[in-house]
Amino acid sequence: MSENTTSKINTSNLRAYIMIAVLALIWAYFHWATDSIFLTPRNLSNLMTQMSVTGILAVGMLMVIVSANIDLAVGSVLGLAGGVAAYSLASWEFSVPVAIAIAVMVSIAIGTFQGVLTAYMNIPAFIVTLGGLLAWRGAVKWQLGGNTVPVAEDSFKFIGQGNLPMTYGWALAGLAIIFVLFMVYRSVQSARSYGLGEVNYAATSLKAIIPIGAIVAFMLVMNSYQGVPIPVLIFVFVALFGAFLTTSTTFGRYLYAIGGNAEAARLSGINNRLNVVKVFALLGALTGIAALIFTARVGSAAPDAGVLKELDAIAACVIGGASLMGGRGTIFGACLGALIMASLDNGMSLLNVRDFMQDIIKGSILVAAVGLDMFGRKQG
Amino acid sequence: MPLLEMKNIVKEFPGVRALDGVSFTLEAGEFHALVGENGAGKSTLMKVLSGVYPAGQYSGEILIGGKTMEFSGIRDSEKAGVAIIFQELSLVKELTVGENIFLGREPSTLGIINHSELYHRASNLLRDLKLDIDPREPVGNLGIGRQQLVEIAKALSQDAKILVLDEPTAALTDTEVETLYGILEDLRSRGVGMIYISHKLEEVFRMSDRITVLRDGKTVSTHNTVDLTRDEVIAAMVGREVGDIFPASHHEFGETAAEFRNITAYSPDVPGKKLVDDVSFHVRKGEVLGIAGLMGAGRTELLMTIFGSWKGKWSGTIETGGKQIKLSSPSDAINHGIGFVTEDRKRFGLVLEHTIIDNMTIAALKRISGQFFTDRSREAAAASVPMSSLRVKAGSLMTVAGTLSGGNQQKVVLGKWLLTEPKVLFLDEPTRGIDVGAKQEIYAEINKLAQDGLAIVLVSSELPEVLGLSDRVLVLHEGKVAGEFTRADATPEKLMAAATGH
Repeated sequence: MSENTTSKINTSNLRAYIMIAVLALIWAYFHWATDSIFLTPRNLSNLMTQMSVTGILAVGMLMVIVSANIDLAVGSVLGLAGGVAAYSLASWEFSVPVAIAIAVMVSIAIGTFQGVLTAYMNIPAFIVTLGGLLAWRGAVKWQLGGNTVPVAEDSFKFIGQGNLPMTYGWALAGLAIIFVLFMVYRSVQSARSYGLGEVNYAATSLKAIIPIGAIVAFMLVMNSYQGVPIPVLIFVFVALFGAFLTTSTTFGRYLYAIGGNAEAARLSGINNRLNVVKVFALLGALTGIAALIFTARVGSAAPDAGVLKELDAIAACVIGGASLMGGRGTIFGACLGALIMASLDNGMSLLNVRDFMQDIIKGSILVAAVGLDMFGRKQG
Repeated sequence: MPLLEMKNIVKEFPGVRALDGVSFTLEAGEFHALVGENGAGKSTLMKVLSGVYPAGQYSGEILIGGKTMEFSGIRDSEKAGVAIIFQELSLVKELTVGENIFLGREPSTLGIINHSELYHRASNLLRDLKLDIDPREPVGNLGIGRQQLVEIAKALSQDAKILVLDEPTAALTDTEVETLYGILEDLRSRGVGMIYISHKLEEVFRMSDRITVLRDGKTVSTHNTVDLTRDEVIAAMVGREVGDIFPASHHEFGETAAEFRNITAYSPDVPGKKLVDDVSFHVRKGEVLGIAGLMGAGRTELLMTIFGSWKGKWSGTIETGGKQIKLSSPSDAINHGIGFVTEDRKRFGLVLEHTIIDNMTIAALKRISGQFFTDRSREAAAASVPMSSLRVKAGSLMTVAGTLSGGNQQKVVLGKWLLTEPKVLFLDEPTRGIDVGAKQEIYAEINKLAQDGLAIVLVSSELPEVLGLSDRVLVLHEGKVAGEFTRADATPEKLMAAATGH
């Protein structure tokens, strides 16, 4: 029994290893092609900052996709929420916390609304959010009157441009390491108390060593430039939160069941509709957060902010192994997908690849990644 | 010279030898039944025959009319006169009957379909088969049984010399089964050779000329049907002598566990049409109540309604443990101790691409883990109980449900509901499409659960199953109760009479 368990886990982890290997290849290539610019702390810091908006959207999008839905409106909602924040600060002269709260609440309200239309009115999510893609973009243009609204408040811009002081960074890293150790200890205790066989000490220590190594390496890199950028910090928290939701809560499990077989889920006593509304509301909240970072980074809200962001988020999920049919996908995969996309953007920009070529290459890679995945599945 | 000869077929999948030197012959005009437990290799053999597994992926030889065939795909086998009716229908519901029959072979000039020619030929074909079906009707408007008949008409329109039928009667009503038999008799007289895969031995014995038994990818025996008995065939299938497949059991009844009064359910599609009409019954602790009836009698609709999952309007009162309860969703029913092992495990019971543990714990997740957070160890501890008590044959709890055999999938669904700790358990066609060995295990489990005091409501299309397990049988006919029998006075004849409205 235990033998089969391990082999099963290995196959499902296989694609994660392959993705990491692909990422490593991409990095190695860019590092070589850019004459050792790519893998410098400065560039890696920029890269991580660039991916944080897409990454945060991808975390929410992944959960929506797992439930066999889709949200095409996140780019427009991001624009609108950013516009609301900038407008609140500039025209209404609200304080920064109030502006943040309003922007996020607008975004949650839109997500909930679209979720209700999908779940309770039975309008396919594709249609609801395709409508939203147009309508909310229209709303931004109307609100901003076609102008770019600059943001002056430094405390707001800190969300997108600030860095965590290095000592705070190390303190957080220390907490994270303690947390990792605690989680590993707990899983061992729990496995023991339910008598689930021998504990594999080699595998268990790897479970602690790999994340701790990653935390330390990340901190070393970020602190040898300017410290952890605030957008990256927020992204990391969002990703951890998403991973926790999908793997360790009843809500997360229900999303997989609903996406995998909606009828079986319903007959198992799951309230499919309510959970779909929740997941859209959640994506709304994350879109609001992403909007704040985006607006703060740019320093202004523009009518075309966030255009095509929904496609980046969806592409990240799909490259990360999520199925648009629902029921399959992981937060880790989506984040890795977002990192691969961001690496391509960053690397090609460093190489001065022309804009249109970048789009062609990214599009081809998206299709090729899914094609290879399907091929692999068929063989397996 | 036989019509079809398959010699020494070997087909391997990674780690498994699915077919291990199978030989099989079919004469023109012969009705040859192919039986065996699930996983015995019947479907694999037919996939080899039809070119789903092309030449080169298996070893051995296929001869049709004495000529060696090497199919590289389904098209090739169709050209050679092989037609397969699969268990899952392969019709396009939005297209008409005629369009489906000629799908891919439409009479046309320069790509423009000649519709009058198409419907003319389709109606001739249907008339030949004595089928009263309008070729211009969209297939989706037909019942599942008539769709199956259309599928057969489609196969015959391709001048099939060899017709393979995989569980063709699973979804048919008794009248439709008779129509099908009529068609098959007619084909037999026209010299068509038929390979018939079925779990229903009554059918096999009634219709077949010869029976071939497969077990573990090998041919166990091929005999003329007249020389065989039912018990011999079952013994050959399972590789051991079986006594009575329904274990003798004695149930002690306790108090009434659930009472259902005046249950009426309306069709969600046709306003005012009652699919369940004023049905009242009760079930006691430790009792197995069988519900018999033909397709469309309202059995599944009744269970759906009293489980809170009916999509249309309904009325009636439900009491569990002596108290009236309100049901507006399956979770209400689960909270009141009702479990529902639904029919069609692939559609309603399982998330096929998820693991056994995820499938088993989903209905009782909050009970097992807690309101908000899941706990993998607690889940594993909980799921391993039914996993071993039901003897699910799988590598581990992490095995993907879709890779299991039908019998083991059914055990996973049953396990899922046992984890909700029900007081009343509904079972809807709990043994459909699973092999004899797994059936027996599920029968034994049903008896054990009743002995432990669970109240069980069992819906089944197989009369022997209802008779063999139930303490009391309720017969439905067109949504109404048409009779109630105790175990002592229930006979197949009486039940059938009530079910057909006599």
